[in-house]
Amino acid sequence: MSSEAPLIGPGHTYGTVTDKISAIVLTRKTSLRFLLGLGLAFSLVMLLFVSVAALFIWGIGIWGVNIPVAWGFAIVNFVWWIGIGHAGTLISAILLLLRQEWRTSINRFAEAMTLFAVACAGLFPILHLGRPQYFYWLVPYPNTMNVWPQFRSPLVWDFFAISTYATVSLLFWYIGLIPDLATLRDRAKRPFAKIVYGIFALGWRGSALHWHRYQMAYLLLAGLATPLVVSVHTIVSFDFAVAQVPGWHVTIFPPYFVAGAIFSGFAMVLTLAIPLRKIYGLEDFITARHLDNMAKVLLGTGLIVAYGYFMEHFMGWYSGNPYEMFVTHNRETGPYAITFWLLILCNVLVPQLLWLRSIRTSVAALFVISLIVNVGMWMERFVIVITSLHRDFLPSSWDMYYPTFWDIATYAGTIGLFLTLFLLFIRLLPVISIFEMRELVSEHENSAETKA
Amino acid sequence: MSAPKLYGIMAEFDSPEHLIEAVRRVREEGYQKIEAYTPFPVEGLAAALGYTHTGIPTLVLLGGIAGAIFGYGLQYWTMVIDYPLNIGGRPLHSWPAFIPSTFETTVLFAALTAVLGMLFMNGLPTPYHPVFNVPRFALASNDRFFLCVQARDPRFEPEATKNFLQTLKPREVSEVLP
Repeated sequence: MSSEAPLIGPGHTYGTVTDKISAIVLTRKTSLRFLLGLGLAFSLVMLLFVSVAALFIWGIGIWGVNIPVAWGFAIVNFVWWIGIGHAGTLISAILLLLRQEWRTSINRFAEAMTLFAVACAGLFPILHLGRPQYFYWLVPYPNTMNVWPQFRSPLVWDFFAISTYATVSLLFWYIGLIPDLATLRDRAKRPFAKIVYGIFALGWRGSALHWHRYQMAYLLLAGLATPLVVSVHTIVSFDFAVAQVPGWHVTIFPPYFVAGAIFSGFAMVLTLAIPLRKIYGLEDFITARHLDNMAKVLLGTGLIVAYGYFMEHFMGWYSGNPYEMFVTHNRETGPYAITFWLLILCNVLVPQLLWLRSIRTSVAALFVISLIVNVGMWMERFVIVITSLHRDFLPSSWDMYYPTFWDIATYAGTIGLFLTLFLLFIRLLPVISIFEMRELVSEHENSAETKA
Repeated sequence: MSAPKLYGIMAEFDSPEHLIEAVRRVREEGYQKIEAYTPFPVEGLAAALGYTHTGIPTLVLLGGIAGAIFGYGLQYWTMVIDYPLNIGGRPLHSWPAFIPSTFETTVLFAALTAVLGMLFMNGLPTPYHPVFNVPRFALASNDRFFLCVQARDPRFEPEATKNFLQTLKPREVSEVLP
């Protein structure tokens, strides 16, 4: 451990950690740059409002979906967003259980990212319903129609998985925030801020007995979130794998979807962390070692994903099933071949650069690679959804799918929604867990003393 | 001074080690109704204060079991008894298909129990608490460590307790108004 770079810049005490992180929220002036970014993001949100209104008025005929390609951008975007959402819980829960100290300075905003990504993801299946006003029919409630949801359907499993995931992520994030909200309450100068933070801090006073129970509850929550995060993307993959469509009906889907989710989630964490640490001067907390570690996770999960692609193709050939063989061949050479080769380039070839230490320590290179992986993972979902559907069993029912303006506008709109929520989060809540950073300072002091 | 009106007497320390040492001394002195306040969970403090089981794991286990029974029961009752529907010729009680939703309700109930149980046991939300009457207590969420001996302790005597706390070399000793 001692040979590795420290997880926190030198000379930090409990007080400086508190000052530095809470100052971003409490004393820093809202800069013009922030307002500009928020304005840009919010104009995309308005585009989302318009797109959704258009959809409600004219129906999903305004999208490019047809039969056979009944799942267009909506499902591609749904899987993409929910995948991004996985890194937050992974960082918070799995890395906590594995005692990876470096998670401390990135878990808070990764959890926020999870929540906002899940919010964006959750929109799509509802919008895709055709009659979104009836989405609550998925909820098992006694009703005058005397019917119940069909629990043997992966789509109902999906509803349970996503709603549980959203709830547990929110609980995890909020529980982590309570002690920091108390810090903000105690440090806020303006009465209004003091009252609002005070309400959400629930009267937290840092009592040792409270901490004792808090830590146990947090640990258990991490233990519960770990299998949950695996189950969510597994169930998302069941939406595909339980169907008969060639290219979907494969057993590798659950593990390969989970690895893909972590891969894309870490890419998004890097995409957000790199500008964040630069703009707010958090290099002492999100150090080069953090970026290096995240790059290694990206490389590792990228290799699992590459293995998944390889296995898909191998099984297509090995199955001897003509439809499976055709799907693989059609992906490589069919009308959507460009998306397949882009996917190979973005997700398999480019991440191999991360073997080099010089790339992993170059902030600019990491930022570019993370963006490329985000694009690649979107391509992956496009390939899975669209190329499998557009040419299935009967050539007479083959058709092409082309996204319309509204498809793209809705997608861009959710990116705006994600960025808007994230920018507001940066402005209103501590982006790094303050109390866990104090803990880290305390541990570093202790280890320094034992060495001396 | 109107002594019986105090909530307790509070001492402020610089470091977690200092606080743990103080807790040990205070307990040796025979005080029982004491409470420590720290800006982050301090290792060894719970042990020094004599806290053992939280009871939360048992509660969460029960919550999880309740969630599993609820989830599976809901599916069994709706799919087999109340609304039997033939889906692809599968048996009505096709239990493997009921597992994913059962797993999700198990996790959901357990997680809600962990969070709500912890908040409930801690008595949160607490709209008012006397310790906040000490102006310096704002530092308990920053970089200071506090120890409060409560007035309801049988050994509590305003002057004696205060003098005793002074011997622990705190930064400051203050009275906590109720």
